[in-house]
Amino acid sequence: MDVLKIATAGSVDDGKSTLIGRILYDTHSLTDDKLEAIERNSKRKGFDYLDFSLATDGLVAEREQGITIDVAHIYFSTQNRSYIIADTPGHVEYTRNMVTGASTSQVAIILIDARKGVIEQTARHFYINNLLRVKDIVFAVNKMDLVDYSEEKYLALFDEIQALVSKTTYKEQNITCIPVSALQGDNVVQKSQNMKWYTGKTLIQHLEQIQPQDVYEEAQTRFPIQTVIRPKTEDYHDFRGYAGKLYGGDLSVGDEVTILPSGTQSTIKEIFFYDQQFEKAGRGSSLTLTLTDDVNVSRGDMIVKTNEQPSVEKELSATICWMDKKPLRANTKYSLQHGVHNVLAKIVDVETIEEANFSEKTATDSQLQLNEIGAIQLKLSKPLFFDSYEKNKYNGGFILIDLQTNKTAGVGFIK
Amino acid sequence: MEKVLQTNILESEAIYIFREVVAQFEKPVLLFSGGKDSITLVRLAQKAFYPAKIPFPLMHIDTGHNFPETIEFRDRLVKKLGLELIVRNVQDNIDAGKVTEETGKYASRNMLQTETLLDAIEEFGFDACIGGARRDEEKARAKERIFSVRDDFGQWDEKNQRPEVFDMLNGKINLGQNVRVFPISNWTELDVWSYIEKEQIEIPSIYFAHTRATFLRDGLIWSADDEVVYREEDEEIEERVIRFRTVGDMSCTAAVLSDAYDIASVVQEIRQSTISERGARIDDKRSEAAMEKRKQQGYF
Repeated sequence: MDVLKIATAGSVDDGKSTLIGRILYDTHSLTDDKLEAIERNSKRKGFDYLDFSLATDGLVAEREQGITIDVAHIYFSTQNRSYIIADTPGHVEYTRNMVTGASTSQVAIILIDARKGVIEQTARHFYINNLLRVKDIVFAVNKMDLVDYSEEKYLALFDEIQALVSKTTYKEQNITCIPVSALQGDNVVQKSQNMKWYTGKTLIQHLEQIQPQDVYEEAQTRFPIQTVIRPKTEDYHDFRGYAGKLYGGDLSVGDEVTILPSGTQSTIKEIFFYDQQFEKAGRGSSLTLTLTDDVNVSRGDMIVKTNEQPSVEKELSATICWMDKKPLRANTKYSLQHGVHNVLAKIVDVETIEEANFSEKTATDSQLQLNEIGAIQLKLSKPLFFDSYEKNKYNGGFILIDLQTNKTAGVGFIK
Repeated sequence: MEKVLQTNILESEAIYIFREVVAQFEKPVLLFSGGKDSITLVRLAQKAFYPAKIPFPLMHIDTGHNFPETIEFRDRLVKKLGLELIVRNVQDNIDAGKVTEETGKYASRNMLQTETLLDAIEEFGFDACIGGARRDEEKARAKERIFSVRDDFGQWDEKNQRPEVFDMLNGKINLGQNVRVFPISNWTELDVWSYIEKEQIEIPSIYFAHTRATFLRDGLIWSADDEVVYREEDEEIEERVIRFRTVGDMSCTAAVLSDAYDIASVVQEIRQSTISERGARIDDKRSEAAMEKRKQQGYF
């Protein structure tokens, strides 16, 4: 069955968790026991309505404060297909968790409070979804019940959204606006009786017609080696299988390939998945392959088609989203993880800081704080085989890992 | 001859995760309960490393309150695949006076498993424990990463989790830390059952409808076959046709009425169910935050 991966975004209190609760409720995805728990806890909190955010805010601290701190993954299905929603936090200080949720999603729903309009956090989340190149964006103008379901108000907001959208450089993105009330259920699953002036699709109708795709879009074939399989049993005495996941494009038996970083050339001999052999595999498959030549291949190496070579360099420029409390400073070292390959990286320079409104300023003190996004220059201990993120999502992304704490400190997008 | 490999997104993701574990850690172990999720993990691990054998042992934290069918199944599977099985018993900690058994109507050894698990992690020096938890099971689980870092006390720091972007998994840890790994995080209960059906994976018989002596409490059906399950005198025993949706500790796992005698009918039943899988697990009902609290203390 198809799976469509979605992330929510928007400022705190724009009603993200409520929207998800509403979707679950109206698609009959909440089981009786979960629904009873929501009714019980809504009553206990003194609400006269069902507080759907209780369905997704899974941590004590979240329920106490009534906010979402970390990403929750919610699963539901319609007749058509399955959905995974990453419900992400709206607070600025949890932006890193929002990036986490959006990085694996094909669709982003950005909520806007109809009373407040496009605010800084809306722009920031739109900007991040652009940076990540999330293909489909839905602006859900929420709380329409609190502005009397006014068409005039919605049209004014629509203009604000258009003004924001016009700033993007990622023009292949599909953008949609829908007026909703998550609390009352207007235009989420059921068509609104209060906004007859809106003739477009409901949120679910819109999602149903998006074709699910691998979040790593079609690009040149990249096959990073995760591990080498050597059974050393009687039956498979000389077997050397290269295990990994295929990204970007396909691979077939007989394809002429180059192994990076060595540059050695060979040919695909066999493609295995478990105990079966195949002639061809498409992107997204975890598989094991063998080569016609006895070559030296180990974890972190990459197999590419000989006529589709990536860049091989020891220096990089990238946009980075910083996720650590310890600021990113020039002249510091991190471990850079590029897929399944790690190298040491030195931060040569922190050049600019991106502003939420699509402008940038010079990083005067050459550092980036938690949740800031900026342009940096890196020098690497060994050459990296990469593409720009724009060209190849898989091969253009990386993370920086703090050498002392081992925490994931930032996520980078190669220019 | 054009034979094209059809990708199953969830299966491919799980295999990718298994391979990352083996590449990034020195001493991984697969936590095996004998339940359908851990049985599914074993099949996925086979696929990840074939034609080599699964390159890590299985470990069962035995509460001593398991369904006999599960234990028998476990031993048969391990033998068939030639795997190494480590068993650590909660009873040993009780006998040694390290933990005290709960008493009363809702007594369960579920909490006591944590202590035995943490001891075993230390004893063997495991740096990665692979488990079959899924995000759709419970809302605190829905928050957990695929590589979930625990400190030396096994604690989950839920407010300070590492960002997990794209499918890059950061398995770097400091001395004393270990990682819990969840390869089927993104699977739903239905996904697991559909996979078991498609792959024709063998599972313990208690997952299928059978006649059993049972009694009712709090609207749930309990097995009366075993002295492990506490029963009050006025709780009457009656034979019912039931099956179990999960196979946890017998003392906290209730049954459901069912006539699903084969895997296809189980899949059909799950599709139509209006009660969640853990709805029959009394250990989750202790409070709204039951799972989160257990996880902070090192529970799986």
